Amino acid sequence: MANQPIDAYAASLPPDKRESVYQSTKGTHEKRTKLLWDHFLDPNELRQTAGRIKQHVIENLDTLLPAAEAKLQANGVQVHWAPTAEDACAAVHGIMDARGATKLVKSKTMVSEEIELTPYLEKRGMEALETDLGEFIIQIDHDHPSHIVRPIIHKNRREIATSFEREGLGDYNDEPEVITRRARDFLRQKYLQADVGLTGGNFISAESGRLVLVTNEGNSRFCLAAPKVHIALVGIEKLVPRDRDLGLLLNLLGRSATAQQLTVYTEFITGPKSPTQPDGPEEMHVIFVDNGRTEVLASQCREILRCIRCGACLNVCPIYRQASGHAYRSVYPGPVGAVLSPLLAGKQFPELADLPKASSLCGACNEVCPVDIPIPDLLLRLRDKGKTEGAPKASIGVPPMGGWALMASQPTAWKAALAGGKVINHIPTKLIPFPPLQSWTSSRTLPEWRGGSFRKWMKNRPSK
Amino acid sequence: MISDRQLPAADRRVQLMATCLCDAFYDDVARATVEVLEHLGCIVEFPEAQTCCGQPAFNGGDWKASRKVVRHTVKTFTGDVPVIVPSGSCAAMVFHGAPLEFEKEDDAPAVDALARRTWELADFIVNGLGVKTWPGKFDAKIAFHRSCHSRGSGTSEAAISLLESIDGVTVAPFGEAEQCCGFGGTFSVSFPHISANMGTLKLDNVRAVEPDYLVSADMSCLMHMGGLAEKAGAPLKTRHFAQILRDALNPATAG
Ligand code: SF4
Repeated sequence: MANQPIDAYAASLPPDKRESVYQSTKGTHEKRTKLLWDHFLDPNELRQTAGRIKQHVIENLDTLLPAAEAKLQANGVQVHWAPTAEDACAAVHGIMDARGATKLVKSKTMVSEEIELTPYLEKRGMEALETDLGEFIIQIDHDHPSHIVRPIIHKNRREIATSFEREGLGDYNDEPEVITRRARDFLRQKYLQADVGLTGGNFISAESGRLVLVTNEGNSRFCLAAPKVHIALVGIEKLVPRDRDLGLLLNLLGRSATAQQLTVYTEFITGPKSPTQPDGPEEMHVIFVDNGRTEVLASQCREILRCIRCGACLNVCPIYRQASGHAYRSVYPGPVGAVLSPLLAGKQFPELADLPKASSLCGACNEVCPVDIPIPDLLLRLRDKGKTEGAPKASIGVPPMGGWALMASQPTAWKAALAGGKVINHIPTKLIPFPPLQSWTSSRTLPEWRGGSFRKWMKNRPSK
Repeated sequence: MISDRQLPAADRRVQLMATCLCDAFYDDVARATVEVLEHLGCIVEFPEAQTCCGQPAFNGGDWKASRKVVRHTVKTFTGDVPVIVPSGSCAAMVFHGAPLEFEKEDDAPAVDALARRTWELADFIVNGLGVKTWPGKFDAKIAFHRSCHSRGSGTSEAAISLLESIDGVTVAPFGEAEQCCGFGGTFSVSFPHISANMGTLKLDNVRAVEPDYLVSADMSCLMHMGGLAEKAGAPLKTRHFAQILRDALNPATAG
């Protein structure tokens, strides 16, 4: 019986890679838990409240989005709507074109990965440079992020040092300080030359139009210091109703993502520079990206749109820890990705229909999620969708259930099976042509079959 | 999902849902459950037509097949007395999973009604009957595995507090307790590599505290972990907590 693709990928992962992903996710997860319980009386209550706020957002996008647009415009921001990835890329390109801009520096944004902005711009002769250290390393290696918060969780510093040497950024040296300094020296020049600074957006307040950005390296500030144009790519679900909701969400985000009380840089941006400010972007654009989100909203899994991309569910997930991020073959890996990626894939859903299977449904993701997304329930709904739509990838390695269901709804057949099962005590399991049994016994023994024994005992004992 | 759980009536009549695993492999766990409930003065009925809770197909993604089995279960457990399940996972299937897959079905109310009167055993003893301590004696160091499908329910806390109240029992905490053992139903056969690795990590954490028994409220996790340990040539004694409770009452016959 074939294994599921993610299991096969995990089996092929070099043990040292798995070990480094395991140790770093475990470390962050444990620090996160300690920090939350040290600081708050009942973190679960906070997660649930945050979940209700974000649920309110996704259920009221029809009024909150126009409200946010109006506030942004009043703040001097130009607002664009991008129904598809192509539209979003074209919008960025259009803004650059209009100003004769050719050089763009990027702060970390998952949406730009999602819409594949960099290859789009490069094809049109424009430069788009990552400035987050991890994303920068991904870019020079022509690799893909394997974690939504720590894109290079799958790389060790020796690999990074080798890449830096190859790119002419200095002789081989794998000291983290040296690597960071070299990247910084290289990037400083690029910031000064850039025409456009591109960021994502962690939150936009519908009340004030404030764009909130959190980073740990401060690179987003550099992206907005010299360039004359600021473009923010923001998923349509990224709103919060009021400024005061940010207190709770930022407190949970820093702790959940990186086990910090607050990320090092939290920026509140209210528009382009005012005439009295000495520097900063003269133009600011917010591109609201849909790219399948309204379809997610209409689906049975809309709760996933509460996600604030903290990565805590990846860190706690035993499957992610074993398989790492590339196993998920999509921009969003781990439990959040197992729900979101197949949904965002739209018509290509069958291609990713196996992702919702990559879970023991243990529920650890739900337990850590700062916005309390019931991820296991959503995975289950997608499994049902995969089965109903007949996606072949969903059923690889999964025993067919029709015969079992028939038996389990007829007591006589059930009792006969209980008696008949005894054969497995006598025949070597190798010889029984039932693939799940072989898969089970490849690493485990099977207990003795005692089918029907309890029923006999129950029936024959003296009544009490 | 289902929160307004129905409490037992004064006559303490209950129905036992033995689970398919106990029906096929672990008859002693079902027996222990009956004896524990009877010790508490319950009158235990066993509806003969019962089969399985429907979880294998539910988790496997075949909700159509699963609903067929759930409908049979609903038909089998008639009446209004509490239904007791010696498995956190099967109990959660009845009070959470089944209502989820019946959301759009006409017979959802019947499924919800069964959900409201279904209890996992430890949760029932402590939070349903209000019994907080357990008599008898049992000399053992126990590692208690919190099965994942008991998350968010009273099961693990209840089982641990009952075990700790037994004279002679110590419950030893071990590392990474929140991590899954890797069973996960059909997951264990469609993700054999990851499943076995998860189980091995769990066993390493358990063995680090050198327990006499690995105990849980779910035989499925124990079947997986016990099977892994045995296959690896280093067997580990596993017990359902109901067996410990029962044996504590009869120290002479305990094994
Ligand atoms: S689903 Fe929850 S835990 Fe996972 S990344 Fe999103 S907000 Fe974080």
